[in-house]
Amino acid sequence: MEFTEEQLKRYSRHIILPEVGGKGQQKISAAKVLIVGAGGLGCPVGYYLAAAGVGTLALVDNDAVELSNLQRQIAHSVKTLGVNKADSAKKTFEALNPDVNVIAIKERINSKNILELIKDYDIVVDGTDNFPTRYLINDACVMLKKPLVSGAILRFEGQVTTILPGDGPCYRCLFEEPPPAGLVPSCQEAGVLGVLPGVIGALQATEVLKLIIGKGKPLKGQLLIYDALGVNFRKVKIPKNSDCPICGENPKIKELSDSPEQYCSI
Amino acid sequence: MSEVKADKHLDIRGVVCPYTLVKSKLAVESLEVGQILEIILDYPEAADSIPKAMLNYGQSVLKVEKINPKEWIIRIRKEVED
Repeated sequence: MEFTEEQLKRYSRHIILPEVGGKGQQKISAAKVLIVGAGGLGCPVGYYLAAAGVGTLALVDNDAVELSNLQRQIAHSVKTLGVNKADSAKKTFEALNPDVNVIAIKERINSKNILELIKDYDIVVDGTDNFPTRYLINDACVMLKKPLVSGAILRFEGQVTTILPGDGPCYRCLFEEPPPAGLVPSCQEAGVLGVLPGVIGALQATEVLKLIIGKGKPLKGQLLIYDALGVNFRKVKIPKNSDCPICGENPKIKELSDSPEQYCSI
Repeated sequence: MSEVKADKHLDIRGVVCPYTLVKSKLAVESLEVGQILEIILDYPEAADSIPKAMLNYGQSVLKVEKINPKEWIIRIRKEVED
């Protein structure tokens, strides 16, 4: 692919980086990334990936924008209140970079549609807000061997990890099962500092770009924990569990299933 | 002594920073290791900054020559794959 004069300008700061260059930028342009959730995390992840010129960006969300989202979900605005979040973010990202093919998938991800939705993408980003969906995305990515960049936020604390199926642990290696409903409070109950998903989402977007250009070390086998109040970044090792029910030697989970638990909106 | 013929020529007269470097970097990427790129330019700062950047990228700068009051020629040999 030859760059247009506009693209040379738009991506100049990438092209002059030795680790990216024209070749890396072409990989970015050819990449297909699917983001589950166009909320607190999905907005900054999608925003930066659109700015970086990721060729195809899919956003999966079936919620509509509400006023209480605008404290942190930066791709939406008062003009898109009531609009589907994937559609709202698509509009924002297309305005930022018309090079990017943004696909709005106005569905709630579940065990029936997830494999079909993610199968054509190179990398999956988890920007969801609840454990059942987090585990479902993990299991589907392990089954299809899709790299997964997972993020989570609550109050003043956030976490990021990169899961490379077949090359490191998965989410179930850490905790086999999701915690029971009600044990971990949701953002609705516990609150979240509006800027926190910006920090965590930017880290997720960074991981995605590193995977695309194949440079640096992915955050695999580790959970990066950010504590905003104490200003600490801490890395916790996640050992691979050979008895893991999904990525272990004898996986017990053979097919995906949905949990009846309540869904909350970050 | 006559110079080795360049494998690629890049005319970036009229181009300003940072696009002087962007275009030079892309031209070097398109070469094979051992090949030579000859750049002609008229943006004064780039006569300094392109050679520095190329050395940082691990390439060799064979020549930086002011050929008239406003134009320079820079010759780069690609040493490492980028």
